[in-house]
Amino acid sequence: MTSAVLTLRRYSTGATPGQIGLALAIALFLGAFLVMPVATVIYVAFTEKGTGTFTLVNFQDFFATDLFVRSFWNSIYVSLMSVLWASAIALPLAYLTSRFEFRGAAIIQTLGFLPLIMPPFVGAVAMTLLFGRNGTVNLLLDEWLGFKIPFMEGLNGVIFVEALHYFPFILINLSAALANIDRAMEEAAQNLGCSGLRLFRRIVFPLAMPGYVAGASLVFVKVFDDLATPLLLNAKDLLAPQAYLRVTSIGIADPMGYVISVVLIVGSIAAVWLSSLALKGKDYATTQRGGGGLSRRTLRPWESAAAYAVVGLILLLVLAPHLGLLILSLATVWSFSPLPDAYTIAHYARVFGDSSLYIKNTLIYASLAGLIDVVVGTAIAYLVLRTKLIGRQWLDWTAMAALAIPGVVLGIGYLRTFYGVSLPDGTPLAALWIMIVIALAIRRLPYALRACHAALHQISVSVEEAAENLGATKARTVRRVVVPLMTGGLLAGFVTSFSTAAVELSATLMLVQSNSDAPLAYGLYVFMQSAAGRGPGAALGVIAVLFVAVCAYASHRLVERGQQEQGMGR
Amino acid sequence: MSAAEGVSIRSVNVSYGTNHVLKDVSLEIVPGEFFAFLGPSGCGKTTLLRLIAGFNNADSGQVLIGGQDVLHLPPWKRNVGMVFQSYALWPHMSVARNVAFGLEEQRRPRAEIDKRVAAALEIVGLTHLAGRRPSQLSGGQQQRVAVARTIAIEPRVLLLDEPLSNLDAKMRVQVRRELRDLQRRLGLTTIFVTHDQEEANTVCDRIAVMNDGVVQQVGTPMELYERPANLFVANFLGTANILEGRLVDEGGRRAFEIAGGARIAVPDGAAIPTGAKLVFRPQHAGVAAPGAGGRAVAGTVSHREFLGANVRYAVQVGQSEISVEAPFHSGEGLFAIGTSVDVTLPEQAILWLTA
Repeated sequence: MTSAVLTLRRYSTGATPGQIGLALAIALFLGAFLVMPVATVIYVAFTEKGTGTFTLVNFQDFFATDLFVRSFWNSIYVSLMSVLWASAIALPLAYLTSRFEFRGAAIIQTLGFLPLIMPPFVGAVAMTLLFGRNGTVNLLLDEWLGFKIPFMEGLNGVIFVEALHYFPFILINLSAALANIDRAMEEAAQNLGCSGLRLFRRIVFPLAMPGYVAGASLVFVKVFDDLATPLLLNAKDLLAPQAYLRVTSIGIADPMGYVISVVLIVGSIAAVWLSSLALKGKDYATTQRGGGGLSRRTLRPWESAAAYAVVGLILLLVLAPHLGLLILSLATVWSFSPLPDAYTIAHYARVFGDSSLYIKNTLIYASLAGLIDVVVGTAIAYLVLRTKLIGRQWLDWTAMAALAIPGVVLGIGYLRTFYGVSLPDGTPLAALWIMIVIALAIRRLPYALRACHAALHQISVSVEEAAENLGATKARTVRRVVVPLMTGGLLAGFVTSFSTAAVELSATLMLVQSNSDAPLAYGLYVFMQSAAGRGPGAALGVIAVLFVAVCAYASHRLVERGQQEQGMGR
Repeated sequence: MSAAEGVSIRSVNVSYGTNHVLKDVSLEIVPGEFFAFLGPSGCGKTTLLRLIAGFNNADSGQVLIGGQDVLHLPPWKRNVGMVFQSYALWPHMSVARNVAFGLEEQRRPRAEIDKRVAAALEIVGLTHLAGRRPSQLSGGQQQRVAVARTIAIEPRVLLLDEPLSNLDAKMRVQVRRELRDLQRRLGLTTIFVTHDQEEANTVCDRIAVMNDGVVQQVGTPMELYERPANLFVANFLGTANILEGRLVDEGGRRAFEIAGGARIAVPDGAAIPTGAKLVFRPQHAGVAAPGAGGRAVAGTVSHREFLGANVRYAVQVGQSEISVEAPFHSGEGLFAIGTSVDVTLPEQAILWLTA
């Protein structure tokens, strides 16, 4: 009788002890490495130094200090302007590729992967050499037309580099939204007398709004949080660099770094919240699928020429950091001249010894982080989709909340939280390289989680029930049926985590304690800081780009092959 | 409402690449008529409708609305209202804004727009839902908003692209009646595209049956059923027995010998095109005990279905199976499977059709 009741209860909650244990383990992981560091940062910001009593004095200090208030507005200004310029680039491209028969579409889609391959700060130095006051473009402009354009002056430089770097986020989201609009939506408007740009403004763009807003808010948050680009461009009056500089120069006991961190978190969350508010109550989902995709028109010859000119110009701009980096890596001296004086491969020779260590470290860190993400992501997805465990949604929300936590904040939180924790031999926990791995894993978990969630979502529950019906336990069902079916999605999640973790710097910049533990991105940053190190730095950058590109391509092929073997090739 | 205008389609050809979708199609749709394009999927009916709306280009031919050739006009200058199969309501606008859209595009004064939106919503009975979003409406309500949005601009012609296909069976019967009433009230020339013969029969004045890009026959529902022009029309509208065979001489009179040797006397004076097949509807034939006389052919009952008001027999005659639907009279016995029967064929039941 008792056992019957027990079984019944277990059935109604749908949770086995194993599932409860799994949920607890994940909760512990997220609690220790995401919630606690962030909570520590917030706690320090709101308490008096030493006594631990609640106070707002730190925030009063923040808003009373000119530098911080200026940094605050600068950060918002830079983020908004980056969104604006990124939109200016992405909108025409999205419109061209979705509305017209256009050969350049494939190239434009490929652009979307560039930010994955290279973080923006890598190209920043190269951009200075190309677009700076005495860079290639301005030297030529001055010579031919007698004026210069301040592309890279002060905050302009950050905006320019970030907009060029992150516009694909808007492009990808907007293109996907445009492709999802039922053709009849557009035809109905034409049928009622609407056409051309008016049609785009009144019907097409509003329907694609969710995609645009998703992309724009992503760009905003990315720029708002970016640490390395402004540091390398010497634009230090921004929030993220200020937080970093406070903690590294004054020390981890100074509360101001934490206050700035709280402001960064609030800013990121506010951006996401505002974007969801902008879409609230507006059901833009075009569920009435029928035709699918906007109707495409063939361009007239002159239109086609203009379109190619626009795309060509944008391509040139987007590839400028990469080209500049390549030239820089091969240059002897490049200063006050449109192109380097002479070329050499000495930089590659110089970084070859160092870079093998960086590459090894990066490989270890990024693959471990990717592995952790896929395992934790699958576990969370499974708990959310397949069990009725109370509080399972909280695991999902907590993991996704990592999106809103700027890397620099996580880094500061780790330093503060784990510096006090010492290993038996006396080294603080925060100094271990494994902390870098965990920080990377936490930062990239949301991407992997969404991939795992999507992969599991596509598997019918009845497939699992069939296995259980034939005598497999829950654990064995997961291992023998669910995970094999999810392989494609899991690999996709791994690739995303891996390739973005490989070039991540915001969180790890302050966690790297010794050069022997440094990943590629860190080495790059160190080289790029000095004028003499730019050549080797650029060489390392080229190596990094190739490395990530090769890894991403290889895993992409793996995913494809896996899908073909399962007969799910798309 | 403006006076109804007719639509003339003259020798229209449309092709996508090498795929010839409409082949020399000509149709006359008179002002105020409720006209249907009926055919299986891929027959070109939707292509023809979209050609009238301006979403396709013709290789050759003319489409005249009220005497004016519209083929060179873009969709937004044609003033033909189209109700889409998916309704295509814009989810980011309220019901009222959806309905107002076309009038706003015509740059009408605000007061006039408000008045005409209210009138259009009144006509479809949705005044109380003006402030709702399309996603908050049921399928039937969405369909009526789509109709209101279209009639608000007082189009010259109303085009309906499978307007009932996204509704459940019960709603379909109700909505088609509403559409018919609305069309009568407004006197709008209306073209209705459907693959469902029952929809076309119940709603439309005249039907163009289409297949493979060619208009097979144009006529009222009754004409099409009673006097189908060819095998396709006979088969597509209702069911038909189609028997292959050849004409033979039987003692100076013509007889039709179907495969397997059974012969049926041909009525005197029947004009039979070469290669024609013998066609009749199951309801027009009868089943009788052997030797009852009259025009009949002998066979064996191979299958029987009791349908309530009718009994459907399958009778094996030679190598052909003939379907006969006989009314069921209470208290009457049925022919058992395996019994020999005569299938009786009254003269007026017989059609001679070619493909």
